[in-house]
Amino acid sequence: MLLTEKPEYDDLRAGVRQVCADFDGAYWRGLEPDSYPEEFVAALTAAGYLAALVPEEYGGGGATITEASVILEEISASGGNPSACHAQMYVMGTLLRHGSPEQKQRYLPGIAEGSLRLQAFGVTEPGAGSETTRIRTRAERVPEGWRINGQKIWTSRALYSDLMLLLARTTPYEECAKPTEGLSCFIFDMRELRGMTITPIRTMMNHNTTEVFFDDVVIPADSLIGDEGRGFRYILDGMNAERILIASECIGDGRFVLERAVAYAGQREVFGRPIGANQGVQFPLARAYASLRAADLVRYDAAARYDRGESCAAEANMAKLLASDASWAAANAALDAHGGFGFAVEYDIERKFRETRLYQVAPINNNLVLAYLGQHVLGLPKSY
Amino acid sequence: MKIAVCVKQVPDTWAEKALKAADSTLDRDAADGVMNELDEYAVEEALKLTEAHGGEVVVVTMGPERAGETVRKALSMGADSGVHLVDETLHGSDALATSYALAEVLKDRGFDLVMFGSESTDARMSVVPAMVAERLGIAQLTFAQKVEVSGPTVTIQRATETGYDTVEAQTPAVVSVVEKINEPRYPSFKGIMAAKKKPVETLSVSDAGLDAARLGLSAAWSQVEDFAARPPKAAGTIVVDEGDGGAKLAGFLAEQKFI
Repeated sequence: MLLTEKPEYDDLRAGVRQVCADFDGAYWRGLEPDSYPEEFVAALTAAGYLAALVPEEYGGGGATITEASVILEEISASGGNPSACHAQMYVMGTLLRHGSPEQKQRYLPGIAEGSLRLQAFGVTEPGAGSETTRIRTRAERVPEGWRINGQKIWTSRALYSDLMLLLARTTPYEECAKPTEGLSCFIFDMRELRGMTITPIRTMMNHNTTEVFFDDVVIPADSLIGDEGRGFRYILDGMNAERILIASECIGDGRFVLERAVAYAGQREVFGRPIGANQGVQFPLARAYASLRAADLVRYDAAARYDRGESCAAEANMAKLLASDASWAAANAALDAHGGFGFAVEYDIERKFRETRLYQVAPINNNLVLAYLGQHVLGLPKSY
Repeated sequence: MKIAVCVKQVPDTWAEKALKAADSTLDRDAADGVMNELDEYAVEEALKLTEAHGGEVVVVTMGPERAGETVRKALSMGADSGVHLVDETLHGSDALATSYALAEVLKDRGFDLVMFGSESTDARMSVVPAMVAERLGIAQLTFAQKVEVSGPTVTIQRATETGYDTVEAQTPAVVSVVEKINEPRYPSFKGIMAAKKKPVETLSVSDAGLDAARLGLSAAWSQVEDFAARPPKAAGTIVVDEGDGGAKLAGFLAEQKFI
């Protein structure tokens, strides 16, 4: 039910669902407000799902982005929250495409076997959100490697990750011909470092997000990914994958709340008949279903383009926009359909309502998706 | 060593099950199909044995086309190949017919062990493993909570109500397992992907050289004459305590023959 028909992924869905079946609503509720789902991540890792995107020669699954997206969707659809581990999927592109053979050999086998977690992605700063080129965290060459100073915010799972992918300025903004120059990407093991302080931030949903302070942190010289100064390009490469994967999580959220709402509306009787017989309850659910299916098709289109190595920026952005809007509308309709029970924690509706709301804003605000489409797809003047 | 594991697709344990009005057989479309849970334990044990001793695991099922999902699941757990006996003629087969068909498929394939879950969650008869052993003329080691293989000797702990018996036989042998034996693994991502490329042999009744007259609903030794849905739960009896609540409760329990 509620799926775009893709029978070729039925076995994969069933496999993910079997892992998720051991982690029910009570498990996820028990983690609120801010505990990390260690047991779930361990089970998912042991079954190889978190190494799906690691190439087979490094011991991973060699999956396509479509397959990875099915994994995350199914976690959401089962009632779980894949945000605890999705970064390992979406930051992989930067390392795979631009990392040196030595870096891949150093980290990928460990990630594939589950002994290393790559879950932290340090980009956003208090003074630079969507305008990434304004970041001020500096990396300077020193004899021992690179010295990092600065501050990152909304670095999710930094306390539960071994490795970090970091974007930092190696040339100050003012000295660069173009704002996108002078940024560099680094990958390093956080566990060996001095001078890093990680502070959790309490948020509306359980997202394990943090603030990270770098105070004269020295990382090894071979932490640099690719060429110095080209980091912005390297990060952008991973963004489309991230958009597609987040869209898929939203589709899963939408399926979860809609299935619950449909079941409840069909069974809950008021004035002698099921509330689902009322158009005021039924139509928002029907509309949410239509929006989810439409978003799902764009998501598969974007993923297929990505897997074929084609340009997919417009489709990946549209998938994220449409899916996050659809899952939010579905969660809202589900909350209405459940009445007072929707607000009761044990129904999991209010939790999903909070979790899926995030994706209107992160990892990119939907307004910036519209700005991208307006400017780069439709050819209209820049709006910001 | 070469191990066959017989698996069965059953309706999801938690689903509301239904029979078809036309022939009183299970309505397989009324619920999702899953691998019989105890069969997962049998697959797991077979995989453990071949991981320890080398060899291969062949998963064998009899059932409609949809039962192929169950074969693929076993392959994604790590089994090496599958055999799927699928034929309209098999529809409605009872335990005797099932054991006949399975034994014919299993014989002459050189298996050292033939493993089963000790019962299926739909029929719950627990007789097919023993019947297959009898038809193959080999030893049956049923209700195993532990299996050890040493050369040609297979030793099991046979679970009993009070403990276990140690039972030993020479291979080839049939082993059925109970859920105490292990914790089945999840199919892994790589396993699921690899399963798509593993060989599954599909056999019809004639491919398997079976006598169609011994199979299916018409050959079954028992017939369902009538069935009815489970009656809805009746309202409970409320005992109002007017100082004599204890006596009333005792009276109720005595009336129901609980005390």
